[in-house]
Amino acid sequence: MKTLFDKIWDAHVVALEPDGPALLYVDLHLVHEVTSPQAFEALRLVGRTVRRPSQVVATMDHNVPTTGDGSDGADEVSRAQMEALRRNCEEHGIACFGMGHARQGIVHVIGPELGLTLPGTVIVCGDSHTATHGAFGAFALGIGTSEVEHVLATQCLRQTRPRTMEIRIDGELPFGVTAKDVALGVLSHIGTAGAAGHVVEYTGQVVRAFSMEQRMTLCNLTIEGGGRAGLIAPDETTFAHLHDRPYAPDGARWDAAMTAWLDLRSDDGARHDTTVVVDASVLEPTVTWGTNPAQSVPIGGRVPDPESMADASQRESATRALAYMGLVPGTPVEDIPVDTVFIGSCTNSRIEDLRAAAGVLRGRRVRDGMRVLVVPGSAAVKAQAEAEGLDKVFRSSGAEWRNAGCSMCLAMNADVLRPGERCASTSNRNFEGRQGRGGRTHLVSPVMAAAAALAGHFVDVRTLGVLEEATA
Amino acid sequence: MRPFRCEHGGLVPLDRADVDTDQIIPKQFLKRIERTGYGEFLFNDWRYDAVGMPRVDFVLNRPEYAGGTVLVAGRNFACGSSREHAVWALQDHGFRAVIAESFADIFHSNALKSGLLPVTLRAEAVRQLLDLAVESPGEVAIVDLEDQTVSAGDLRFRFNIDSFARRCLLDGLDDIGLTMRHGAAIAAFESQRPSWMPDLTREAAPS
Repeated sequence: MKTLFDKIWDAHVVALEPDGPALLYVDLHLVHEVTSPQAFEALRLVGRTVRRPSQVVATMDHNVPTTGDGSDGADEVSRAQMEALRRNCEEHGIACFGMGHARQGIVHVIGPELGLTLPGTVIVCGDSHTATHGAFGAFALGIGTSEVEHVLATQCLRQTRPRTMEIRIDGELPFGVTAKDVALGVLSHIGTAGAAGHVVEYTGQVVRAFSMEQRMTLCNLTIEGGGRAGLIAPDETTFAHLHDRPYAPDGARWDAAMTAWLDLRSDDGARHDTTVVVDASVLEPTVTWGTNPAQSVPIGGRVPDPESMADASQRESATRALAYMGLVPGTPVEDIPVDTVFIGSCTNSRIEDLRAAAGVLRGRRVRDGMRVLVVPGSAAVKAQAEAEGLDKVFRSSGAEWRNAGCSMCLAMNADVLRPGERCASTSNRNFEGRQGRGGRTHLVSPVMAAAAALAGHFVDVRTLGVLEEATA
Repeated sequence: MRPFRCEHGGLVPLDRADVDTDQIIPKQFLKRIERTGYGEFLFNDWRYDAVGMPRVDFVLNRPEYAGGTVLVAGRNFACGSSREHAVWALQDHGFRAVIAESFADIFHSNALKSGLLPVTLRAEAVRQLLDLAVESPGEVAIVDLEDQTVSAGDLRFRFNIDSFARRCLLDGLDDIGLTMRHGAAIAAFESQRPSWMPDLTREAAPS
C-alpha cells in the first residue's frame, strides 16, 4: 500500500547514493530570470550543456513592469537580468516566453495553463512557490540556484526522501469562505514550520469539491508551513482542466496518460507519517495581522495580545510583528484601515480569482484615495479576463488593470508599498518589507481584498450582500 | 566548492525565530546576475535605517561581534523564498556556519551546496550558545565537521548531518560531477519514460 507521494517518488528514482540522497528524475524544469543567471553562468564556466532543453521552459515574471505595453518600463538592472535569460535560453535551445509574449506570465500560472504541469510528474523551479503545481498530483518543489544548475546539467535532483503528512479538510465550507481562507486556516493550525521535512497531501471532501484554481491556491501556500511540496490526487476535475491545453498530451498519448493517472491516489490504508484534520465548517474569511502567514485571525476577531501567548518565542515574534505592523492588541480587525489593495500573485491571480474579485467590485466604486492594483497571473489570464469584460469592471470601479507578472507580491518591479502604507493583499507573504520597505501587508482572499477596497478597511465580505448577487 | 573541515570563529547571536530570506537579503538586491557582492546587503533593512545609516543596536553593527563567522539563530531559520542569494550574502559577509534549532528545507540544501555549514542542534543547546554569545561577546566557537561537534566556552555539542552532504563538504566535491557518473543510469531511465510526459517540442495543434 502506497501513498500518492510514494508512487511518484518510486517512479522517479534513477539511482541511490550508498550513504545518502536519491537521484530523482525531473520531468519539467521551470525557469525565470531571477534565480537562473548564476546557474547558466556556472555551466558556461566549465563547458557543461543543458541535458534536456525540451523539458525546460522559461518565462519572465519577477521583474517585469506591469504598466505600459509590457515591452519597456523596466529599470536597467532588471532589463539586464531579463536579457541574460533570453540569451541563455537562445544559447541552449530553451523555450522562453519573455516579456510581451502571449504566453508570458507567472511561472506557476503558465505551467498549468499550457498543459505542461501534469499528474505524476516531478517538477522543479528556482522558486519556493513551486508547490502550486502539486494541485495536479505532481511532486513539485522549489530549489535554489545551485540545484537549478544541477538540474539543467543532469535533469536530476538529489533529494532525501521526505516524510508525508496528510492534511484532511473535512466538513462543509461555509458560504463566502475561500481556498485562501482554508490555506491560512491550515497555517494558523500547524505554524510556520509545521510541515517541515514533509510533503503534504491534501485530502477530504472540501478539497475534492475545489476547482483547480482553488487547489492551486491551497497547494501554493504549503511552503509557508515549511512543507517541501503540496499534493492533491488528480481526479475528473484535474483531467477536464488539462484536456486540450497546448502542451497536454493528445490522442494516444492522452489515453496512455489517463491510464497512468487513474492510479495516482493514496491506496486505501496507506499510511502517512502525520495526519492533521481541519474542520472547514468553522473557518471564516481570514486576515493576517502579523509578519508571517501563520499569524492570522477570522475577520470578526481582534488583533491578539502577545501577553496572552504561552510560548516565549511566539510572544516575542508577535510583539515584534505588531510593532512593525503598527497595530494595537485588541483592535477589531474590521477597524484596521487599508490604503492599498493588491489582487494578484501566484496564489490568487487566475481567472477564477479575478472573476471573484470583479463580482464584488461590479457596479461599485473603491473608496476615495485607495490604490487598487489588479495584476493578472499571465498574459492569457489577462486576455481571458478582457474577453469577459472584467477589465472594464475593475477600471470602472477605480482599480488599475495591469499586465501580468509577480508585481507587488514581492515588489521587485515598480509596484512597491511606501513606508507605512497598509495593503490588503491576495499574495502569499506578509514578511517585513516584502512589498516594500516599511510597508504593511495583510494577506486575504480576492473577495476580501475587493471588499476592503470598497470599504477602506477590512470588512466581512459576507455582510455586503455582494456574494449572493455575484453567484445569482 | 570550498571545502569545510573545521571553523574557528566568533559567535554572532541572532535570537529570533522564523528569520525569513526576505530579511537576509531583500529583493531589491536580487537583480544582479553575479554570485558575489551580496555581503554588504546582508540583513539590509535590519542593519541600516531608511536613509542608510547603520542601526547601532543590530548585532552586525556592534563592534564586539565584528568578524564573527558563526551565526546562531532561532528556529526555522531562513524560511520563505528559495533565493540562494541568502546563502551567498551570509558567506560574502564572512559567515562559514549557521547554528539553529531548525532550518527551512530549501535554504538548508542551498547552504550545503554552497559550502555554508548549517548545524542543527536541539533547542536547549542553541539557547546556551545564544546566552554565551550575548554574555561574552567575541566568544570563539569551534565548528568541527570531521567529528561533528560544536564547542564554545565550556559547551560542547554533537550534531548530525547527512553523510553524503558531509563527504561533499569535507572534500569540496562538485556534486554535478558526481551525478554525471550516473550518466548511464540517467540515459537508461530516459529511454523508459512514458510518451505523455511534458515535452516543449510537442505542441498540440490549436483545436
